[in-house]
Amino acid sequence: MIYDPSPIAIVIFLLFVGITIGLSFYLGKQAKSSEGYFAAHGQIPWFVNGVAFAGDYLSAASFLGICGMIAFYGYDGFLYSIGYLAGWIVALFVVAEPMKRLGKFTFADALNSKFNSRGIKLAAGISTLVVSIFYLIPQMVGAGVLVKPLLGLEHWAGVVIVGVVVIVIVVTAGMMSTTWVQFLKGSLLVIFSAVLTVMILERGFEAKPGVDQTQTVTKKADGEMLVNGLPLGSGDGQAMLSPVGHISRLPGDVSSTGPLGPLDFFRTLRESEVVLWSSEKVIDDDGSVTTTYRPKPTPGSQVLRPGEHPKFKGIRGDNFLDKLNFLSLMLALFCGTASLPHILIRYYTVKNAAAARKSTIVGIGCIGFFYVLTLYLGLGAMTSGALDVTDSNMAAPLLALSMSELLFAIISAIAFTTVLGTVSGLILASAGAVAHDLVGSFTSSELSGHQQVRIAKFASVVVGVIAIVLGILFKEMNVSYLVGWAFSVAASANLPALVMLLFWKRTTAQGIIAAIVVGMTSSLAWVLLSADTYSKVYGLPAEDALVPFSQPGIVTIPLGFITLIAVSLLTGERQ
Amino acid sequence: MNSRNSRIGLILFFLYLLFYGGFVLINTFSPTTMEATPIAGINVAILYGFGLIVFAFVLALLYGFLCNQEGDEQ
Repeated sequence: MIYDPSPIAIVIFLLFVGITIGLSFYLGKQAKSSEGYFAAHGQIPWFVNGVAFAGDYLSAASFLGICGMIAFYGYDGFLYSIGYLAGWIVALFVVAEPMKRLGKFTFADALNSKFNSRGIKLAAGISTLVVSIFYLIPQMVGAGVLVKPLLGLEHWAGVVIVGVVVIVIVVTAGMMSTTWVQFLKGSLLVIFSAVLTVMILERGFEAKPGVDQTQTVTKKADGEMLVNGLPLGSGDGQAMLSPVGHISRLPGDVSSTGPLGPLDFFRTLRESEVVLWSSEKVIDDDGSVTTTYRPKPTPGSQVLRPGEHPKFKGIRGDNFLDKLNFLSLMLALFCGTASLPHILIRYYTVKNAAAARKSTIVGIGCIGFFYVLTLYLGLGAMTSGALDVTDSNMAAPLLALSMSELLFAIISAIAFTTVLGTVSGLILASAGAVAHDLVGSFTSSELSGHQQVRIAKFASVVVGVIAIVLGILFKEMNVSYLVGWAFSVAASANLPALVMLLFWKRTTAQGIIAAIVVGMTSSLAWVLLSADTYSKVYGLPAEDALVPFSQPGIVTIPLGFITLIAVSLLTGERQ
Repeated sequence: MNSRNSRIGLILFFLYLLFYGGFVLINTFSPTTMEATPIAGINVAILYGFGLIVFAFVLALLYGFLCNQEGDEQ
């Protein structure tokens, strides 16, 4: 029995969500003007803003996706941690201070500071909207994943709940409340991850040889679920999946290690043998789909090396395209952070460039600390004996469940409110883009602050509904992988324009517009035509995909730069 | 534009890029290097990975320390 919704868990969960929403309403009342709504009057203290960066950034993808990937495949998930953190270097050293100096509300403001061009507003507004929606998908998927074990609801119900709650938060409140809620969540997430890590080290490892057996899950055409050939359930003649995640052999053949130090943890695991799982899907003639999960004892030294996950296996092979795919992903993670709209708007909530810089440093500290912990959390989950073999995204909450039910409730509630917060930030970024940039580029006279807020609220509802629908459609995918794509689109569309504007004097308005449009459409088209989308979203054979590898960044980011340079040279005045 | 800050920023940026690029390239073209255990039985993958995270924070602090505080107040 893996999931067992308990009253305590539900009470704590509702308490957390209730406090979050209550706080949002309370703080939202204080922000009356449009400056308050979109940028919290620029009055957020830098330290709070820094932790709020962590709250914004450490989304469902970091917490659920990375931990899940490490728990199922080992080290590979940590590559995301490294890439996500490295992106902050770009944000701090290149983007932070100019963003604050040049803009007022949105990323488009900063791009447009020199030119005052409607085209830039329009292009940057659309790209903000596209990137935000792309980034919203994994957050919504994560929400659906979380409510399933906690409240016993279906995936779609979780997605709808998050969507509705967030729409309510964003419509009634604004950047002020979003920031404080993010601050709270950021701190709680980092603190409780640290607590979990200490508990993992305290518990040490335990060897359980020979407990794992092959398991099957069948989904019949009429929707009935069978586990190991029996109907799903806990009664007589029914079966449930057994929890997985064991060490089959410890060094020296001891049965348990006792408490371990932070380095002993890796040393011991490296010399142990862990049971990982392989899965294989078979579709029968009657339309039923059977997935077979087989235990796969794996040496610890393999668990702790890169290249075990199916997506990363390529780096161990000879196929150059697979290697390129990996490089492309790591490049997108590096360039993507500083191009994410909901991160960029956070630079407008502080008072000046120095505060923007300081809050980024605080953000890097919190986020870096958390990412170090992800490796412990993921490997701790891998050996916790509590995993659901069908769902990698649930690894972190189930790890907490293996410690105590209370901790499970707290961790799930934090994860859920984290989703709420990140989704609010994204919807707010999109709403700001619609109200300032899109509408602003069509009307000749400046809109009043009040009108802008009204348009933004209306836009929030529309974006929220789109996010709900996409969150249901994309439920099959690991949230971390989806975020990789969002980073690629963000980096390809926004980074070339931002960087060249700052460092190349001959950049023209036309150059910026062209770079955004080309970067965005090319990366988006690439993702939609890739093998992963073919097999997991359209249900078509992966071999039919039109692009040679899945991650667009390595092609489309340089393409954005080249476009900008070429168009700027063509349209610029002769010197 | 505070040119002193942005110059320091760029130098530190390229320093980090070098370190990060090295990690990515070793992973891509010589993944077995990552399995070696040079120090205390911990493999290169973990050492280098943790190193990258700690280095980012160290550089960030260094930047905050070196930056010209006065130029920002306007």
